[in-house]
Amino acid sequence: MKFTSPEDLVKSSVLAVQEYTLLSARAIANLFTGPTYWADVYTQADSIGIGSLPIVILTGFFTGCVLALQSATALSNFGAKNITGQLVSLSMVKELGPVLTSLMVSGRNASGMASELGSMKVTEQIDAMRALGTDPIRKLVTPRIVSTVAMLFFLTIISDAIGTLGGAMVSIFMLGLDGPQYFNIAYQTLMYPDVLQGLVKPIFFGFIIASIGCYFGMKTRGGTQGVGKATTQAVVFSSVLIIIVDFLISRTMIGIFGR
Amino acid sequence: MPDSTAIAEQSASQPQQAGPVVVFDHVSIAFEENQVLNDISFSVEPGETRIVLGPAGCGKSVLMKLANGLIRPDAGSIHVFGEDVTKMREEDLYPLRERVGMVFQESALFDSMTVHDNVAFRMMEEGLPEQEVDQRVLESLRFVELEDAVNKFPSELSGGMRRRVAIARAVVSQPELILYDSPTGGLDPITSTTIIELVMKQRDVSHTTSLVVTHRLQDAFTLATHEYDVQAHAMKPIPNKGIDAKTKFLVLNEGKIVFDGTTQELVHSNDPWLKEFLS
Repeated sequence: MKFTSPEDLVKSSVLAVQEYTLLSARAIANLFTGPTYWADVYTQADSIGIGSLPIVILTGFFTGCVLALQSATALSNFGAKNITGQLVSLSMVKELGPVLTSLMVSGRNASGMASELGSMKVTEQIDAMRALGTDPIRKLVTPRIVSTVAMLFFLTIISDAIGTLGGAMVSIFMLGLDGPQYFNIAYQTLMYPDVLQGLVKPIFFGFIIASIGCYFGMKTRGGTQGVGKATTQAVVFSSVLIIIVDFLISRTMIGIFGR
Repeated sequence: MPDSTAIAEQSASQPQQAGPVVVFDHVSIAFEENQVLNDISFSVEPGETRIVLGPAGCGKSVLMKLANGLIRPDAGSIHVFGEDVTKMREEDLYPLRERVGMVFQESALFDSMTVHDNVAFRMMEEGLPEQEVDQRVLESLRFVELEDAVNKFPSELSGGMRRRVAIARAVVSQPELILYDSPTGGLDPITSTTIIELVMKQRDVSHTTSLVVTHRLQDAFTLATHEYDVQAHAMKPIPNKGIDAKTKFLVLNEGKIVFDGTTQELVHSNDPWLKEFLS
């Protein structure tokens, strides 16, 4: 692997940020002008939403299970095992539901977008689309961003619900807690700021997943090796950005709402 | 009149461009530190077929993409149908590209779409009625003799068939200018002849202005010395060892034009590099 000079590294990083910003801005601007490719939006929503449902359900369920298990162990030192539901509910809705769901969807779909668009780029299909008078950002990028944001919102809700249910199953059948008490505490503990935080995050994360995936796909160079590299970079960058933005949103919303 | 020429004949009735169709004026472009094209100037007149020759890596494909505004030069201007494509925004280029058909080096078919949807792409984007789209797609596929492949995917086709579908996609909208980027690249000699025959058919029946990039000298000279016989559905040598008057050559080497002229001038050139290249 050849070493890049610090100057070249800074220049390429700044250029990358510029190109990503321009791509994202154009993709969003396309929402306010026609034509809108609704068929492509629905196709992508099906692929991203329905296609990701199995892994989101599995991830949410077992995350809720292990949360209940681990938190009950710690809480029982203080004789507070009964509030396991509170911990599971808050953790799932505010953090683990949005973040883990997004990371799963990122691994599945950011890579898919990067590889699909990257393959189109290296085989000149993107150029062919431009030559045929179609804006590839309007046709390929905007539908992916819209559908990812929309689907991740609902996938997160499903993950939160399934996670809470998983926690309930462990609490009731393994820890011997009272079921109605668990669900009552899980429900009562959630306040408006908690739910708002948990639903604002997937909007940002969905945008990150789709825009990063499409960005690396559209700038792919170097044949099949370039496609592989773009796929890896899309997953890595989107995952890291999700974690960073999660912190920023959490800090902002806790600052505004106090919790 | 045979159905396969219907699409070509419709093109023949289009109003012709007054003045050159394509004008490159002192165009230069470099990629990183590699000067690909250096101060290129030439023009293509209406109805002319300009064959672009040159060794591999001399900038032929780059020249094609510049002509269609897919990339922008570092210096100079490019006028297509009288409009400066180097100064136009991407969204302003789309209406201009409706008048240009392009055949890419590796066909560049959309591999997730059928042959029908590939050929119909532009018309579907324009929202034309389905019946009209289907009719024009079939006419275009008849032109390249691939009517039976209408519902196949590109992965199910051979290289030559994919190239023919790419030509069908380029001509279906009856463009006034066609850009062929190495239409026979990577194909065997027999399939290459089939492709050149289609290029010739488009040239002779619809008189479309075209730019043909090729690295195969035999294809270039076949185009210059043969004509398409509509009755026989095949190409034949021009009588009396004639040369097509509307076919001219542009030879590039190391980013510069080393020859710009007629077939006769090329064949009789005394330039030592040209003589070696053509031998």
